[in-house]
Order: sequence, then C-alpha cells, then structure tokens
Amino acid sequence: MANKKLGAQTLQFNRPPVLLEAATVVGPLEGQGPLGDTFDVIYPDQLNGQKSWEACERGMMKDAVKLLLDKAKLSVDRVDFMLAGDLLNQLISGNFAARDLAIPFLGIYGACSTMVEGLGLAAMLVDGDYADYVVAATSSHYGTSERQYRFPTEYGAQRPPYSQTTVTGSGAGLVTDSTYHPGRYPRVTHFTVGKVMDRGIKDPYDMGSAMAPAAADTLQRHFVDTDRTPADYDLILTGDLASVGKKIVIELMALAGYDMGQNYDDCGCRIYNPDKQPVFAGGSGCGCSAVVTYGSILHQMREGKLKRILVAGTGALLSPTTYQQGESIPCIAHAVAIEMSEKGAL
Amino acid sequence: MPSSKEKNRTKREQALNQEYQAIAKRQQKDHKIPVLRNLLVAFIVGGLICVVGQAISNLFIGLGFKPEEAGNPTVATLILVAAVLTGLGVYDVLGQFAGAGSAVPVTGFANAVVSAALEFKREGLILGVGAKMFALAGPVIVYGTVTAFVVGLVKALLL
Repeated sequence: MANKKLGAQTLQFNRPPVLLEAATVVGPLEGQGPLGDTFDVIYPDQLNGQKSWEACERGMMKDAVKLLLDKAKLSVDRVDFMLAGDLLNQLISGNFAARDLAIPFLGIYGACSTMVEGLGLAAMLVDGDYADYVVAATSSHYGTSERQYRFPTEYGAQRPPYSQTTVTGSGAGLVTDSTYHPGRYPRVTHFTVGKVMDRGIKDPYDMGSAMAPAAADTLQRHFVDTDRTPADYDLILTGDLASVGKKIVIELMALAGYDMGQNYDDCGCRIYNPDKQPVFAGGSGCGCSAVVTYGSILHQMREGKLKRILVAGTGALLSPTTYQQGESIPCIAHAVAIEMSEKGAL
Repeated sequence: MPSSKEKNRTKREQALNQEYQAIAKRQQKDHKIPVLRNLLVAFIVGGLICVVGQAISNLFIGLGFKPEEAGNPTVATLILVAAVLTGLGVYDVLGQFAGAGSAVPVTGFANAVVSAALEFKREGLILGVGAKMFALAGPVIVYGTVTAFVVGLVKALLL
C-alpha cells in the first residue's frame, strides 16, 4: 500500500534519509563566478588534460564521486548503488564513469532535472531499506552539450540574449540511512515527482520559457500535497531557469496564489555573474543545480543559515532531432525538500 | 477521427499555450533580441570586411594581377584569415558581436567549415573531419548551386 505517498505526486519519507556528504567539480568559468570558493575542485580548462570534452566530462563525474567517498571516508565497496545521468546521448558520462568506479549502477535521464531525480530516487532506495549508501551524481559540460545540441563551439553564430550557458560541472551526493547517522545532518524529507509539461515553446535557445511551466506546476503540486506554503521554506530553488524563466515562475505562482517574492531563486541566476561573464540569461545544464545545491546551499545549511529548503530541478526533454522536426519542447521538474535536523524524527 | 471531447481538450490546451506564451514573451522583454542594433552592427562589420577585401584586391592588382583576376587570390586570402581566426578562437567572438555581418561574407563560410572540422577532429579524419566538415556549410553549397541553376535557367529561357 502506498502509505508513504502524500497527495497526488509527493513521497514523504518515514525516516528521512541523510544527505551525508557532497562533492562538486567545476570548469574555469564557474570557478571564476560568484560561487567559486564554494566548489571543491576547479578545473583549469575545459579539457583538464583529457583528449576530448566527453572524456573530461566523465572524468569530472568520476572525480566528484571519488572525492565524495574520500570526504565521507567510505570505501567504494560500501556503496550499494550509484544513480547518475547527464545530457549526452546514451548517458555516456554516467555510464563510463560507472564503468571505472565499479559501483552497481542505474543510469537515469531527466535532462537538467537529473540531480533532483537522482537524489529523490536515492532517498527512496534508502528509506525503502534497499540500500545503506547510495551515490547520486550528475554532470554537464559546455563543450559536449554545444556540439550535441547546437553548433561547433568556434562557429560564429549569434546567440539571443535569452539563451543560457551550459555549466561545466559535476556534483555528487551521498545518501544514507539516518539510523547510521543520527546527528545534525541535512535530510531529504519529501520528493515531488513532476509531470511532463509542454506549453508549445519551440525555440531551443529559450529553455527558461520552455521549462518554467513544469517548475511552477511541480512547486504548486508540492505545496498542495504537503499542505505547505512558500513561507515554510527558507529557500526555494529552481534548477536552471535563469533570469527569464525565474521571472515567469514568479508570475505563474502569483497567478496560482503563491507569493514567491521573498525566498525564491534559481541556480542558473546564482552560478555566474551575468554582468561580468559572457553567459547571457544565466546557467543551465545538469551540473548547474548540482554544483549550486551540493556546494553553497549545503554549506549554508551546515552553517545553520538555512534550515529547510526546496529544490526543484528543471529539465528540457528535447533532442536535436525533435526540434529539427519542428516539435515543441516537453519539460519536467522534480522537487526535493531538504531539512537540517536532529535524528530521523521530523 | 478525434472525438469531440478530445477536440475540446486540444482547443483548451491551445488556449492555455497561447496564454502562457504571452506571459513568457512579456517576461522576456529585458532579454529581447536587439534587432536594430544587430542590423546596424551587421551592416558596419559586414561592410568593413568587404572594405578589407577590396584593399586586399587592390594590393593584388598592385602586385601585377589584372583586376578581373584579382578576385580569386583575394577570396583565398580572406578564407585563410577567417580560418586562422577561427582556429585562434576569435571568429566566434566576432560572430556574437556582428551576427550576419560576419556570417554572410565569404569569411563566414570559411568559419562554418573550419569550426566544424576542428570540432569533429577527435572523431578521426574520415568519420570526423571528412564527414562533418560541411555539416554547416553543406546547405550553403546545395542551395547556392540550386539557386545558380535556377538563375541560369531563367537567363537561358527568358533573356
């Protein structure tokens, strides 16, 4: 019986699993951004000594997971499962990183919502007593995404101001049972699974507009299911809507009667400095929400500056084939509520 | 045939989509494409590239080429310059600044070929560079040829 389900789309964990440790690896542009000192590793360039960008991206995910296990002082064989995904065809970053790490692996795809999808599923595995330690990882890379979704990076096409910049970065989180770690830790309390939404946006540069309805829908669903309001959270973060999508979410939420003015932000608006860096409307990509959440947000939770947060990862589920065939862009958003607390009891 | 219920649903969805797209467009106003600025910059930069081309052409004429023969070495020089600038990572920056101004002249064509060749060199000489080199420039060649054929046909039939 689905006795851990709340309302239509939200899971409530009985013993909210602990987000024990997290690790982040980013590229140079992200390292120079306003959150630069919150990342664990900053690569000097887009290749980091590898022979291709794809190799660099999977190396980045591998580095993030290895660093995560080092920080948690956990050997690889103690990890029950690794859940990972990225933006590349056939999930090559996740699959190849998992080959080298040799952890039982499930590849997941939710485009840029993968970070939240992975974290939510990891919490389900732990709360369902199927695992003690689960790694959830994701990555994206400017070069690999540009060449897969758009143009060669040196091609002189003019990007519109509302386009976004794919974050080069990988974030990994370690989820474990609160029985093993009863102290003060961030815990995953709820996971709201989104529906695929499509409001007919077709411009592949206009990701913020395409994804905003999915984000607003999942947020509303979360508030209805949990009987909470935006004011119950110290911070509500969307994944990578950047400045255009963020404004749309505020308006859509206002139309539905939710005031997002006080405590809402978007990871894509935080990771870069749009005034000084050539990033257009802001950041995007699986790595965007991962390195922001697993970096600065988690630090702030541990420092006691944030107690309860809601992260809604947002993904545009298009492929170059679908947009070349004139299809609109279906999008999804999943949300996890994370709370800093003692023990399992909440 | 879709049932009337389905038709109503589609209609409702379409109305919601239109309503949403109006909101999205309004919220995008700070990030609108600056059409006037882009036109102006494209005109100036495109013009400047042509002035440079003319200067190179004059140089070749000064070196002893006949005016009607100076075109080919001029184009070759411009292509070489654009190829080098693409390799140095300059041409995409110029492209963002100038848009059509740097895309339309022959230098833009060179950039399209060289950037694709560079991008796919890691997939090897055959399946990478060879197969992908004209991924962007291919359409220009195809429709350039088609246009030339149509124009030629018009000339043969009517003039």
